[in-house]
Amino acid sequence: MTVHSEADRHRIDVLLQDQEERITRRWIDIAVANAGGHAARGALTERLREIYPALQRALAKDGENGELRRLLAELSRGQARQGFTPSETVVLVLGIKEAVYEVIEAEEDSETLRGYHWFCKFVDDLGLFTFETFAAARERIITDQAEQLLELSTPVVKLWDGILAVPLVGTLDSARTQVVMEKLLQALVETGSEHAVIDITGVPAVDTQVAQHLLKTVVAARLMGAECVVSGIRPQTAQTIVTLGIDFGDIVTKASLAEALAYALRRSGVQISEGSGKRVVVGVERA
Amino acid sequence: MTDTFEVPIDSDSDVVVVRQHVRSHALQAKLSLVDQTKVVTAASELARNTLVYGGGGRLVIEAISNGVRRGLRLSFIDEGPGIGDVEQALTDGWSTGGGLGLGLSGSRRLMDEFDLESAPGRGTRVTVVKWVR
Amino acid sequence: MERVPILKLGDILIVSIQIDLQDQGVLALQEDLADAVVEHRARGVIIDITAVEIVDSFIGRMLSTIASISRVLDAETIVVGMRPAVAITLVELGLSLGGVRTALNLEKGVALLHSRDGVDSDTVTR
Repeated sequence: MTVHSEADRHRIDVLLQDQEERITRRWIDIAVANAGGHAARGALTERLREIYPALQRALAKDGENGELRRLLAELSRGQARQGFTPSETVVLVLGIKEAVYEVIEAEEDSETLRGYHWFCKFVDDLGLFTFETFAAARERIITDQAEQLLELSTPVVKLWDGILAVPLVGTLDSARTQVVMEKLLQALVETGSEHAVIDITGVPAVDTQVAQHLLKTVVAARLMGAECVVSGIRPQTAQTIVTLGIDFGDIVTKASLAEALAYALRRSGVQISEGSGKRVVVGVERA
Repeated sequence: MTDTFEVPIDSDSDVVVVRQHVRSHALQAKLSLVDQTKVVTAASELARNTLVYGGGGRLVIEAISNGVRRGLRLSFIDEGPGIGDVEQALTDGWSTGGGLGLGLSGSRRLMDEFDLESAPGRGTRVTVVKWVR
Repeated sequence: MERVPILKLGDILIVSIQIDLQDQGVLALQEDLADAVVEHRARGVIIDITAVEIVDSFIGRMLSTIASISRVLDAETIVVGMRPAVAITLVELGLSLGGVRTALNLEKGVALLHSRDGVDSDTVTR
């Protein structure tokens, strides 16, 4: 159902055309004033001057606003990245309503008013669209950061030829444990390492789910032909494991990373002997 | 938003075809490598069930979205004898066909959502979903 | 139906699965391997699954069965090259591949078989 005649719309089109400079200037002023004071006027001016003609074209073509949407999406993504709030972003778009109103205020004919009403609805939709893109962009930034954090917090290091270690630090949740699991197994294949030490000294608490993931990692590694040792289990953690009734089965656990390394070295046939001068002599048994 | 694809399951070689189609759809849905592997493995188990216990049937693959996340939905449909005791069929190690009894219970663990509709004489429909993480 | 070739290297049989096997093909491989172990008096069997993208319960059972059969025929079976994603999936599926020994790659699998043979001949000479 459309209550607006072509004539009403045409009025707005003409107005936007004739008063382009005046409206744009006013729009930029309003936008800068509302944008929380820390917006760069230059960049904003450039953006809005780009959006204005796109808006005109979209109005003329009625709904064909792919280009306009692209520009608005770019604008709101930029705003999200620079840390503006959603309202600071949306007022940028809505500001044009005020700018246009100031121009038509003097005119009293109902055609222009009806046209303005229609225009407002159009701009409101754009405002909603801007808000949505802003929210999506924010979401994206958050997930990206979470992923980066995951990557950062789960290094797989080489302790010795054929022995890898993952020192886990901080709270383990299911997602993070899963990432560690995949990364460790991948590293085992890539380096041809038959031993891995999962050190949980820096993990304050182990719950049932995390214990399950650790167990699964160890079993999966075994299926691939590698052995895992879990080290650094705190007395408290040991108590939780027993209290929760988690069965660690035949998984080898060691109190410290050093002991786990010594164990893995022994298993891979490396002999460690302490010489007289407190020198550590290392010899490989197996060819 | 759905995009549907159907694969018949009438012979041994169709199980391989199911695996291939599910893999390419899982890839398209941008599932992680591990999740792709889980989905294809579950599909292999369920397709074999459809063939062995249902006497053949079909698989419907759909790309789905719940507004927030995208995912892959697989429905295995047969007009076979159906399952009398669904509860029991979902137990690890329970099998009537001489298998390991991991088909249903195992694929349930591999997927995010699992739904089994069946009654004696009315066929079986197993629907599973994997969401993109 | 495609068949998987079985290669002989000394007293070791090597099978590299490169195709997406049908259930029939899996069963055929199981039979062929049992025959080959007897025919070549093999001491070890290596199944390379580096190229295998999924191991479901059917293939998993075949691996366990081959291990059991060859053990009866006095040969050791080693499965090599399992991909991480496959291993994770198998654990989730609830399949432990009981009785199957594993190694990261073909080279390590061969080394594992040889080191066992070494131990065996050692005890014999003593």
